[in-house]
This record gives sequence, C-alpha cells and structure tokens, in this order.
Amino acid sequence: MSVIYIVLTVSVIVGIAFFIIFLLAVKSGQYDDSYTPSVRMLFEDELVKEELKESINTKTD
Amino acid sequence: MNEQIKMENNTCFHCGDNCGNNTITFQEKSFCCNGCKTVFEIFNENDLTCYYDLQNSPGAIPKEIEGKYDFLTQENIIEKLTEFRSDTLEIVTLYIPHIHCSSCIWILENLNKLNSNISDSQVNFGKKTVRVTYNSTETDLKSVVLLLSSIGYEPYISLDDFKSGKKHINRTLIYKLGIAGFGFGNIMFLSFPEYFEINEFWLEQYKHMFRWLMFALSIPVVFYSAQDYFISAFKGLKAKLLNIDIPIALGISVLFVRSTIEIAFDIGSGFFDSLAGLVFFLLVGKFFQQKTYDFLSFERDYKSYFPIAITKINKEGYEETIQVYDIEKGDRILIRNEELIPVDGILINGKAKIDYSFVTGESQTLSKHSGDKLFAGGKQTTGVIELEAIKSVEQSYLTQLWSNDVFSKNKEDGFTDITNTISKHFTITILSIAIIATAFWLFTDPSKAMNVFTAVLIIACPCAIALSAPFTFGNLLRIFGKLKFYIKNASVIEQLAQINTVIFDKTGTITSNKSSNAEYDGEQLSDTENLVLKNSLRGSNHPLSRTLYYILDEYNIITLENFEEHIGQGIEARHDDINLKIGSANFVGNAAENAVLNTTVHVSSNDVYKGKFTFYNSYRKGVSKLFNKLKKHFDLVILSGDNEGERENLKKLLPAKTKLIFNQKPEDKLEYIKFHQSEGAKVLMVGDGLNDAGALAQSNVGIAISEDVNVFSPACDAILDASKFHQLYSYIIASKSAIKIIKWSFLLSFFYNIIGLYFAITGQLAPVVAAILMPLSSISIVVFTTICTNILGRKLK
Repeated sequence: MSVIYIVLTVSVIVGIAFFIIFLLAVKSGQYDDSYTPSVRMLFEDELVKEELKESINTKTD
Repeated sequence: MNEQIKMENNTCFHCGDNCGNNTITFQEKSFCCNGCKTVFEIFNENDLTCYYDLQNSPGAIPKEIEGKYDFLTQENIIEKLTEFRSDTLEIVTLYIPHIHCSSCIWILENLNKLNSNISDSQVNFGKKTVRVTYNSTETDLKSVVLLLSSIGYEPYISLDDFKSGKKHINRTLIYKLGIAGFGFGNIMFLSFPEYFEINEFWLEQYKHMFRWLMFALSIPVVFYSAQDYFISAFKGLKAKLLNIDIPIALGISVLFVRSTIEIAFDIGSGFFDSLAGLVFFLLVGKFFQQKTYDFLSFERDYKSYFPIAITKINKEGYEETIQVYDIEKGDRILIRNEELIPVDGILINGKAKIDYSFVTGESQTLSKHSGDKLFAGGKQTTGVIELEAIKSVEQSYLTQLWSNDVFSKNKEDGFTDITNTISKHFTITILSIAIIATAFWLFTDPSKAMNVFTAVLIIACPCAIALSAPFTFGNLLRIFGKLKFYIKNASVIEQLAQINTVIFDKTGTITSNKSSNAEYDGEQLSDTENLVLKNSLRGSNHPLSRTLYYILDEYNIITLENFEEHIGQGIEARHDDINLKIGSANFVGNAAENAVLNTTVHVSSNDVYKGKFTFYNSYRKGVSKLFNKLKKHFDLVILSGDNEGERENLKKLLPAKTKLIFNQKPEDKLEYIKFHQSEGAKVLMVGDGLNDAGALAQSNVGIAISEDVNVFSPACDAILDASKFHQLYSYIIASKSAIKIIKWSFLLSFFYNIIGLYFAITGQLAPVVAAILMPLSSISIVVFTTICTNILGRKLK
C-alpha cells in the first residue's frame, strides 16, 4: 500500500480531531462570553500578590 | 499620596461621588455616606480591598432595601428564578446593572470570601450577570441577594425574569460556520494538486481518491451549513418574492450537482473548493452582521419595570408577600418608598407622591390624598402607602397599552431591504443570460450547452452582492456602538436612511432629567434673606427644594432658629429677625396668584410677599443646533405628554416650522404616527419613557434616549446615549452614506460578474478560474466596504 494512504488518513484524522475539539468548545459555552475571561485571566496575579504581602501599598498612578 | 489627592478633590473613595459637606472620614479615606463606608468596612475586614486597586472608586452606594426582598423566601418564586435546584445546591443567574469594570468582576467572583456557603460565582461582563452557586441548606436566595445589595451590587429582579424561564442560547450559526470553514480549508488543500500538476502520472493514479474525499467533505457543508439559504429561497418562492437567497441556493445546488457529475464520470475535478468557499464567506457575512449588545434589551415592555411580588395586607392585618399576577380586585397592598405601583388602585392610607414620568412623561411628581385613584406604573417617592386594588395587573391602564397590535407586529415584515430589491432584477437577468447563452450553444455546439448553462449559474452566484450589505451594516453597527448609539440590527440602519419625518418627545428627550432652570420674579431679596432661603432649602427633602438648592448661589451654613416643614404646602424657617415662608401660593399668603401651568415656588419674608421662582425645563445641549440642521431635510414635530407651559420657550428655541403638540396620551402619540404613515411619512420617533412605547413601536425607527444605557429603556429599535443626542443628525447622514457604499460595492461585484460571465458564456469556465474569481470578488468587496465604513466612522468623531 502506498504511503499516500497513510499520510491522507493521518491528515484527515488530525483535521477531524481538531474539528471535534472545536465543537466541544462551542458546546461548553466557551464562545458565549468572549470578554470576561480576558479580564479574569489577569486577576490571579493580583490575588497572589495580596496573599503574599497583605498590607502592600499598590503602585501609585 | 493617592489618598491626599482624593481628600483634596473630596470625592468618595468607594463610589467616586462628590462628598459635599457630609464627608465621613475612615482610615484616612473620605466617604460620601455611611453606605459607602460600610461597604469599605466589609471589604476591609475580608481582605478584599484589592477591589479598589484595580480601578479607582468603582463602587455604588448601597440602597435601603428593608423588606424589599422578602418575596425571595417563597418556594414558587425561588423555583422560577433558579437555574438549577437540588436539595443542597442552587444555581441562580442575577442581572446586576452596576457591573461596569474589572473591579466589579473581581469582587463578584470572590463572593465566597464574604459568604462561605457560596461555592462559585461567575460574571458574564457582556450580559452584566453573575451566576451564583450556593449551598441551599446553609443559606438561601434571599441572603445572597441581600449580600449583593449590601456591597452595592443590587440585582435587578423584575416580572420579566419570572416569565422567561430558562434561557436557550442559540449557537447554530457558530456550528455552521465551523463546519463550512473546516470543509473549505480541507477541500482547498485536496484540490490544489490538480491545479498545479496536470497530467502527472502520480496524480492520475490518486486523483479519484482526492476527488471523492472532497465530495465527502462538501456534503455537510451543503446540507447543514447552507441549509438556511435553501429554506429562505423556498419561502421566497412560495411568497412569490425573488429574494437574494434564490440565486444563492440555485448556485449552490448547481455547483454541487455539476461537481458530483463531473467526478462521477471523470469529466473534471469539480468545483468543490468554490462551493465550500462560497458557503463559508456567506456565513462569515451573516456572523459579522449579527452584532448584539448583550447588556441591552430592545424588547422591553412593562414587565421589565414591574416587581415580581408585592406586600399584601390580608384581612387579619398581617403582611404577606404575593405575586403580582395574583393581585385581585379589592386586595389591600402596601407600596414602599421607591416602589412601583403595579395595579390601578385607590389610596387608602399614607401620603402619596407619585412620579408618573414612566406613564405620561410628565416631569413633576403628583401629590395624592386618601381616596384618590392611583394608576399602575406610578412610582411612590416618599414613605409608605396602602392602596386597594381596583383592577388586576393585565387590565390596568398602563398595561393595556401593550395589547395594541403594534407590539405584536414585526417591523421587518413588509420592508424590502436593499439587497432583495436588487436581487429581483439580478435573478431575472441572470436567468435570461443563462437561457440565451444555452440556446446559442445548442445551435452551435450542443455538447457544450449544458456546461455553459451551469457555468453561468455558478459564476453569477451573487456571493459578493450578498456580502456587501452585511459587512457594511455590521461594521457601521460596531462604529455606532462605540459612539454610544446602539442599534438593534442592520435593517434599522436601512430604515433610518429612508426617514423623512422626525418626531420628538419632550420630557426626558429634548429636556434633560438632571437639572431644571428656575427664574426669580419679584422683589429683590436681601443678602440675609438669601442666606436663610438657601439654608432652609438645605433642610428640606422635597424635590423642588433640592432643585432650587442646587441652582442658588453658595452661602455659608448657619443654624436656623426655627425650621418647620408643612407637608404638601411649604417650609417655614426663622433666623435672627427674618421669618421666611417658602412654598405654594396659598401657604405663602398670595391668594391672588392665578393658576399658571409652570411649576412655581413662592417666597415671603415676615409675611410680606416677595416673589416666586418659576421652574423651566432645561434643554439638552445642542437641541437648537440639531433642529436647525434637521429642518432642511425632515419634517419636525414635538409630541409631548406635558401641558403647554413650555410652548413659548420651545417656540424661541426651535425652528419656526416645528410643529408643537401638547397633552398627548400614549395612545394619541401612536395614532398620530399611524396617521402620518398612512400619508406616506417615514417616521423616526425619538422618545424616552414607557409613555412613548407605543409611538416607538409604531414608527419606522424608534430611538430611545437614555441618560444611562444600563437603566431601562422601552422597546425600541435603537438606544442613544443622552450625551450623544446632538449627534443624531450625523448618525442619520452616516446611515444614508452606508446605503451609497453598498450601491458602489454592488457595482464592483457586477464588474466581477461580467468577467466571470465572459468565461462562462464562452464555455471556458475551468474550476481554477472559479476558484480564483469567487474568493477574490468576495474578499475585495469585504475590504472595500470595511475601508469605506471606517472612513465614514472617522468623520463621525
């Protein structure tokens, strides 16, 4: 059997795998709110900082 | 350092309001009121002051809510409001209008630090909602709501939440787009070898497998992703309308059938890549046009304003909470300060001061006495009252307006948009070209006839035309949104471009709610008199006193020797040897005062009548300028629910040809617009309150003006932030320009069509030509419209 069959099968499987991941992501609601996660992502740092030094004065603006 | 600056500016550390004279200082920070200080204390105790680091003064003043949420302990109400309920766990999504910055997200997602029974809280910033999961054995919905209210994030719970049930999110367009994109990408890769390497041995051997793979990939694209076009085309044919989806559906089916036949009989490689690309681009256009403002609702009726439950006083004199829909004729109900009256009723007990601005658009509150009739929709503004219901909710005066037909009508019905207008001619032209070309080939070379016929239909598939409007309008919607003009959907822009009559409501629309002007008329007051006047107003909570207080010049604060407020009449105050009376004409002792339409406050000093303050509406900035710009192109009308008191003022302010019509009830406004529409007018209605709801629905385009877009505005087609009111004219002009852009892009796509038709008619349409021409035309249209609308948007700023 020619190697082209293997290559094609692999490429189609990879394509379909990513496609299924996309469908699952949509289904889980990942695309419903495209703004809040971008803000939430930045919070973890603030929290950690606060836990380390509780009475730290924040940077003045 | 930071704090010092704040101290100097004297703004509240929590909410950012001006603290005025009542600054409360706590931990070297100033607060405008005890409420703000309490919120700070709560955050301070729980190590949550990070809240203030993310954003300066992000908070809101917590409101007085005693007893307001008692209804949340009722089983059937909890059942309706919660998303999920088990014995130990409840999940509820609450709408919180105050959510506005990253601090809000942070604090609301850390609710578990304030109440350990809350296991999870997740904010959706766009929708301004928070989804709270809590242990229902340890805490309940009411405590969660009270906790939120106590930190200044009071949720808004209205009758609307009660009926809507579980919301269903529609994600089909994303699925369709994903599948079309997946198909398009893969098919393109599979079709490339044949475009580049013709007649190569290796390719000859495997091309069938490539082709059938492409066929397989195109099946979901045609039968799932493109199904809306087939459905819409079928509907259009049924209604005998040649809409744009007919040539699209025709093109897609011809592409698919011809390609399948080609590969089945080994004639060629088919057009699968063009097919998938076409569907993908069309869906991208659809997706782009679908700009929604999650936090705004354009479909509100009275239910969004009304409470879910109300306190009823039963026969034994006990208070109990009942649902608003369960109120029956004869029930005694209790209305607290700032609560809305949900049914028509008769006042039994208490002093009513009702704000009817929702219903009638009238700006002043009305005092009512025991025995007077109160209409649903009024808001009590002082103290607690008791009333007896004389109708049920659905039969009340205000709610009856919604039984009018206009509210069930869809404005887009009967409106042919620009794309469909052109598609009628387009479809007929393309079909005739196809038939003529086929006929020609039948006589010269019959073997090519079928090839030419299908090629014409394929190449003429109006992908570029179908993309022009969605991309132009979609981009303009976004530009308008950034400029605080929120439009429901693309067809509103088209309708806006066609209007010829502009009708304004007065109160709240061209006047500003925030401030009014007062003019003094009478004997000049001495300095000491002015001093006493200012100080006595300071002590009064009457809305007119508050307004007047802010208008008058600054004076020192003194202690009055005597201060007495006569409810419903006026204030009496004494300082040194001055005895000042401020209030109604009768109270002050000027019985000669004849009834005037304007609101007045009279003043007398030591029982000598001095003069009166007359209140005038304060008009929004740029009203006069806006009207002068509009008058050249449109008929202008003012339709007001108020009395004629402002007629003279308005005449001075507005261009002479503006029609001024006063004393219009909500139904009158609706009828007025209906009448003028029957005479051919295309009406733009600009209003603000529920009293304009009928007019907004009847008009071709209804724009609601809003001081704060998070606060509710009635059902409408667009919401305009009050600060951008003077820009209205340029927004209408921009809509007209958008139509021009679309017409130009139609021309551009015709140009591509002519090139394509040349290949098609001469019978030389190779798959590679289609594969180049189709994406090229689509992409260049998208680029053209995007650049044009961006230039347009830059002019708007």
